[in-house]
Amino acid sequence: MTMTANSIVSIAGLNKWFGDFHVLRDVNIDVAKGERIVICGPSGSGKSTLIRCINALEEFQEGRIVVDDIELGPSLRRVDDVRREVGMVFQSFNLFPHLTVLENCTLAPIWVRHLPKKDAEAAAMKYLERVKIPQQARKFPGQLSGGQQQRVAIARALTMNPKVMLFDEPTSALDPEMVKEVLDTMVDLAHEGMTMLVVTHEMGFAREVADRIVFMDAGQIIEANTPADFFANPQHARTKLFLSQILR
Amino acid sequence: MSEIAASSFVRQELMPERPAPIKTTGFIGFLRTRLFNSPTNILLTIVSILLLWFTVVPAVKFLLVDAVWHGTDRDACLADHAGHVVGACWPYVAAKFTQFIYGFYPEPERWRVNLTFLLAALLLLPLLIPRLPAKSANAALFFIAFPVVAFFLLHGGGLKGFGISWTASLLSGFVDSIGDAGRQLASAGEATAVIGPLLTLLGKLVVLLSTAISFVIWPLVWLRDQIQATSRPVWADFAASAVIVSVLLFALNGGFRTGWRSLVISLIVFAGIGVVISAMGLDRGGLPLVDTRLWGGLLVTLVVAVTGIVASMPVGIVLALGRRATIPLIRIFSITFIELWRGVPLITVLFFATYMLPLFMPGNFTIDGLVRVLIGVALFSGAYNAEVIRGGLQAVPRGQGEAASALGLSWWKTTALIVMPQALRHVIPGLVNSFIALFKDTSLVSIVALFDLLGQLRASFADPVWSTPTTLFTGFAFAGMIYFVFCFAMSRYSLFVEHRLNAHRRS
Repeated sequence: MTMTANSIVSIAGLNKWFGDFHVLRDVNIDVAKGERIVICGPSGSGKSTLIRCINALEEFQEGRIVVDDIELGPSLRRVDDVRREVGMVFQSFNLFPHLTVLENCTLAPIWVRHLPKKDAEAAAMKYLERVKIPQQARKFPGQLSGGQQQRVAIARALTMNPKVMLFDEPTSALDPEMVKEVLDTMVDLAHEGMTMLVVTHEMGFAREVADRIVFMDAGQIIEANTPADFFANPQHARTKLFLSQILR
Repeated sequence: MSEIAASSFVRQELMPERPAPIKTTGFIGFLRTRLFNSPTNILLTIVSILLLWFTVVPAVKFLLVDAVWHGTDRDACLADHAGHVVGACWPYVAAKFTQFIYGFYPEPERWRVNLTFLLAALLLLPLLIPRLPAKSANAALFFIAFPVVAFFLLHGGGLKGFGISWTASLLSGFVDSIGDAGRQLASAGEATAVIGPLLTLLGKLVVLLSTAISFVIWPLVWLRDQIQATSRPVWADFAASAVIVSVLLFALNGGFRTGWRSLVISLIVFAGIGVVISAMGLDRGGLPLVDTRLWGGLLVTLVVAVTGIVASMPVGIVLALGRRATIPLIRIFSITFIELWRGVPLITVLFFATYMLPLFMPGNFTIDGLVRVLIGVALFSGAYNAEVIRGGLQAVPRGQGEAASALGLSWWKTTALIVMPQALRHVIPGLVNSFIALFKDTSLVSIVALFDLLGQLRASFADPVWSTPTTLFTGFAFAGMIYFVFCFAMSRYSLFVEHRLNAHRRS
């Protein structure tokens, strides 16, 4: 985990407390451009908190995060600059229920990038086609299935042309039948060369797509390795236990 | 094997559609299934019919059957004269109708009230119909232009200057008051011994500051004096303001590249203002003054209610956001403000605004009585709205704000585009509840010598020409109907809006 020249996200000495609870402990990680990283671990291990720190949805007390040469210190002064480079997909979709699918996707380009409405809509339709739901553009999120909603959420994040995409357990709130359509979308995205940090329990996805798997427990990175080595040859005892419990 | 084969079945002829049994549909079905389907329901039906019988029948009898419809004075509504038991005395309402609507507003000027009502209706109705276009222009006209026009229509009076004169007067008044305070502080410092020198120094610093500011605003004051010296100061000031504002907007919005749109809009707005000024003769003194003490009846009720409703919304939104703010000072201020206004009865607020506030005001500084009441009502109902809106804000999931932030939207844009629209949708019933309460609470203004609809009604009871046994009941029935029409309309419209805005919840 050394600092490389082409790293787009680099986290060094990150420490975070919720009150007295030390939730992230000395986290160091570098993500290269185009790299796909899957972060896994038991619940409460701090993996969601870690990726929420990257676009400053959580503040942290020590350490530094650099995203695309923009440094995000504990004072979070350059939050808006960072958020423009980083797209995020949430477990619970968080689509805006009072706006149509198309409006969800044009809101940020119009109000943050100041694009004319027509251009924003054209771009949004392009991304909706990419996630294969252009025909739902005029519907409200509540009228879509969970899988469709999550694909809209991915399209919404893509409309801002992010350099990094963060996924916070994107398939955990979905019915089993719909997990595949979302994962397929993410696989497509990965093949197009998007830098992705994915918190997920989908080990099949990790095996297929990830360049690196990071295993976290108790707020720290326990082990990081290529999928092949991670699954075939886990080093740490905690990793072995975790794998033995989730892989049957 | 053969048993299984026997169970196979193929339909040869399709069944035709038949009407449902008469016992389950239509009127008889309704009676059987909804009104008389169980002993409890039979009992409830009978009790309800009796209740209706004992309320609706006497009401209809009083209001319509036994009512007197024609007459010129109380004699017509006396049982001796009418020859039967007398119900409502409608000629009394007809005779007092103008008083109920206009109060003591001078008769030759009442067209101004009618025109205001007409303008309000013409601007409000298209605003309420979602299908009609140009909502933002319409809203600007109703919420910004209309109040100003209505003020000059109802109150009368004209202008002495325009933007530049106002700004200059405001600033120089501000500077003068700072200078006065500084001089007072300095002289107070000379009188006291202990901290005297410090106070004197502070006072002199304040005087110095005011002098410095007065130098900064000197060009503006000079411009005002030049303008006021011309033969037509209003138009001169109007033209100067129009030029300055338009050029500023043009420059701020990108100048020759992208500023044209705002330049055109600014010029159109100023042209509209100019048309209004010349049409109403505001430069020549405007319409004759009608003191607000002469206003009354439905006019006052509507002015107080509409101003209260419209002004309480921004107050409520700001306070609700303030109460959830992370900055302690803002939060404490909002909580204090809300709790203070909620903890005091409206009557006390009105009483305080009308009779006590002038005692605290410096010297010759007075605000019109009606305006004081309007401010009191707006702040009072703003505090209530704030709590309703806060309830709505709490119902918006945290993830909504997070998703908006993650897209790069600032706090203001997140609040204005994502959080507040959802919060307000949640609380439409509560907001309309407080609007309706406010509409009816306007009747409390009669306690501070403003004669609203109810105040005029009670005043009319004293008239001996129409004093009959049923005058009181007729009057209250009439006023009740007016209140009901307005409140019921608000209620129905809110249901319509709720239904429309919640389209996204239907799947």
